[in-house]
Amino acid sequence: MSLVNYLVLSGILFSIGAVAVLLRRNSIIALMGVELMLNAANLMLITFARWHGNLHGEVFAFFVMLVAAAEVVIGLAIVVSIFRTRRSASIDDVNLLKN
Amino acid sequence: MLGTPALTVPTAVVDATAAGGAASYAWLMVALPLLGAAVLLLTGRRSDRWGHWLGVLASGGAFVVGLLVVLQMVGLDPADRVMGLHLFTWLPVGELTVDAGMRLDPLSMSFVMLVTFVGTLIHVYSVAYMEHDVDRRRFFAYLNLFVAAMLILVLADSYVLLFVGWEGVGLASYLLIGFWNYRTDYAVAAKKAFVMNRVGDVGLLLAMMAMFAAFGAVDFDAVFAGAAGASQGLLTAIGLLLLLAACGKSAQFPLQAWLGDAMAGPTPVSALIHAATMVTAGVYLVVRSAPVFDGAPTAQLVVVIVGAITLVFGAVVGMAKDDIKKVLAASTMSQIGYMMLAAGLGPVGYAFAILHLITHGFFKAGMFLGAGSVMHAMDDQVDMRRFGGLGRHMKVTWLTFGAGWLAIIGFPGLSGFWSKDLIIEAAFVGEGWRPWVFGTVALLAAGLTAFYMSRLFFMTFHGKERWAPTSEGKKQHPHEAPALMTVPMVILAIGSVGLGFALTAGDTFVTWLEPAIGHAEHHEPVLPIPAIMGATIALMALGVFLAWRQYAASTVPVEAPRGSVLTRAARRDLYQDAVNEGVFMRPGQYLTRGLVYADSAVVDGAVMGLARGTSGTGGWIRRLQTGYIRSYAAIMLVGVVVALAVVLASRG
Repeated sequence: MSLVNYLVLSGILFSIGAVAVLLRRNSIIALMGVELMLNAANLMLITFARWHGNLHGEVFAFFVMLVAAAEVVIGLAIVVSIFRTRRSASIDDVNLLKN
Repeated sequence: MLGTPALTVPTAVVDATAAGGAASYAWLMVALPLLGAAVLLLTGRRSDRWGHWLGVLASGGAFVVGLLVVLQMVGLDPADRVMGLHLFTWLPVGELTVDAGMRLDPLSMSFVMLVTFVGTLIHVYSVAYMEHDVDRRRFFAYLNLFVAAMLILVLADSYVLLFVGWEGVGLASYLLIGFWNYRTDYAVAAKKAFVMNRVGDVGLLLAMMAMFAAFGAVDFDAVFAGAAGASQGLLTAIGLLLLLAACGKSAQFPLQAWLGDAMAGPTPVSALIHAATMVTAGVYLVVRSAPVFDGAPTAQLVVVIVGAITLVFGAVVGMAKDDIKKVLAASTMSQIGYMMLAAGLGPVGYAFAILHLITHGFFKAGMFLGAGSVMHAMDDQVDMRRFGGLGRHMKVTWLTFGAGWLAIIGFPGLSGFWSKDLIIEAAFVGEGWRPWVFGTVALLAAGLTAFYMSRLFFMTFHGKERWAPTSEGKKQHPHEAPALMTVPMVILAIGSVGLGFALTAGDTFVTWLEPAIGHAEHHEPVLPIPAIMGATIALMALGVFLAWRQYAASTVPVEAPRGSVLTRAARRDLYQDAVNEGVFMRPGQYLTRGLVYADSAVVDGAVMGLARGTSGTGGWIRRLQTGYIRSYAAIMLVGVVVALAVVLASRG
C-alpha cells in the first residue's frame, strides 16, 4: 500500500477538523475539530518518518500528543468555567473583549 | 538701600563730587515714602485709623530731608553743587555694570522740592477729601508709592534707575486712576493710560539699548561724556527715542489721548500726578538729556514741533470741554507743551522749561485742589454748565482758584506771567523761519489759555446759579471745604502768586540751575522784548474779555449748544480716540484676528487633520476585530495557506 494514501487520509482528516472548527458554534465540537487537526498532523508526521526511514517524525508525534493532552485539559476547563458563568457553550457568545 | 557715599567717576562734562553731610542721607528721601507704602499695604485694615497720617508723615519726612540737602547745597560753591551718592552695585552683568546711585544737583533737587512739597500738601488735602472712602489707607499707600517712585525717577544717576522710577510712577498712576475700579469706565481709563505709557516706555528702552551699544554704559556721566564725541545721526536717533518716551509720560502729541481719561482718578491724584509732577517727567527727561539733544538739532526741532502742536491741541480741547477736570487736564497738556517747546529750544530754554514746570506745579495743583473742593461741595458733579455763582458760597476756594487762574493766564506779577513770558521770549530767539513760527504759536496760545481758563473760572464761580439737584434729588447746598482742604489750597495759592517773582528776581533760578544744565548765552529775540510782553498781555486781556462777555455777562445755556465743527471736534478731543482706534487699534485687532484664524485653520488644522486621519483609519481597521473566534480562526487558516503558497511558489 502506497504511503500517499496515508497522506491523503491525513489531508482529509485535517480538512474535516478545520471545517468543524470554523463552522460549528459549540465549543466542545470546535475543540474536537482541533484534536482532529492535530491527529491529522500526527498521521502525516509518522508517514514522513516512515518515508525517510528515521524516527524524527515519530518523536514529534509524541510531543504533539503531549501538547494536545494539555491543551484539551485547559480548553475543557475554560469551556466548563465559561458555561458556568454564561450558561452557554457557544463560542460566538464569548466576545466580551470586543468594544 | 543703605549705602556709603563714594566718589563717582568724574567726567569731562559734569564733575560730580561725593555727597557728604545731609546729602549722604539723601537715600532717606526715597526710603521714607517707600517704607510708608509698605507698612500701609502690609498692615491692612489694622492701620485704617492712623494710616493716612503715616502717609502724610512719610511724605513730609522726605520733604524735610530734601530741604536739608537743598540748604547744604546752597551753602556750597556752585561748582560743587553736582553731587553723586553711590548706593550699591546693582546689576553687574558682564561688561555692563550698573550702580544704583543718586545724582544730587540743582535740577534734581528742584524736582525733589516740588514733588515732596506739593506732594505733602496734597497728602494733607486727601486726608479730608477721602475721609468717607473705606479704602483711604490704600489710597495713601499708593500716594506714598508714587512719591517714592517719582523721587527715584528724578534722583537716579543712570537711565536704568530712572527707568525704574519711570515705571514706578506709571504703576502708581495706573493704580490711582483706577482707584475706584468698580466703575468699569474708570478701570478702562486706567488701562488706557497704562497701555499708552507702555508705547513711550519702548522708546526709553530702545534709547537705553542704543546708548549701551554706542557708549557701553547707561549712567548719565558716561553717556554725556560719550555724547560729546558721538555722531549726529546716533544722537538724533537716541534723542527721538527719548522724545517718544517723554511724549508717552507727559501726554504730548501723538500720545496725548490718555490724560483726559486719567481724570477718572480721585481729584488729589489728578492734582499730584496728572498735573504737577508725573506728567512733567518727560520735560525732566529732555532737560536731563541735554548733552544728547544739544548734539542733535533735528531731534530738538522735533521736540519743539511736538511741544507747539500739543500746546495748541490742549488749548483747543480745553476751550470746548464742559467737564471741569477735563478742562484742567487739557490745560495741563497745553502747559506741558510750553515746557516741551522751551526744552526743545536748547540751552536758552532749559531753565525756563523747568521754571514753568515748577510754577505750573503750584498753580495747577492748586486749581485741581480747588476743583476737588468744588466737587466736594457740589455732590461730585463736574459739569461746569451746572455750576455758576459758586464764588459767593465758597470764598476760600474762589480766592485760591482765582490766584491759580490769574497765574496761569499770565496776569502781570503772578507766577505764570514770569515763567510763561520767558518761554515766549525764548521762542522768538533764533534765525530764519523758526522764531517767527514758534514764537507766534506760543504767543497766540497765551491768548487761548486766557480764554479757556477764564471760561472755566467764570462758568464755575460767577454768573447765575445753574445747579443740578444732587444724585438723591435734593437741592444743592454748596459749602466751604474743611480746613484740612483749604489750608493746602491757600499755601499753593501763595506759591501761585509769589513764586514766579521770587524765582526770577535777579535770575535766581537760572543761576541756581546752571551747575546742572550749563550756562546759556543770552540771545536777543527777533522782536523787541517790550513788544512781545505787550502783545502777550493784550492777547491775555482779549481772551479774558471774550470769556467774560460770553460766560459771565450773558447767560450760559445749561445744555451745550451744538456749536461749530471745530467745537464739536474739540469736545471729542479732536477725534484723538477715533484716530488711535482707526489707525492702531482696529488694524491690530484685524491682525490678531487673522493670526488666530491662521492658527486655528492652518496649524491646528494640520495637527487635527493628522489626528482625525489616524483615528479614522483605526476605526476602519477596528471592524476586523469582530470578536467572533471562528472568524479569527478562519483568518489564521487563510493566512497560513497564503504563507505556504508564497513559500512554495517562491521555491519554484
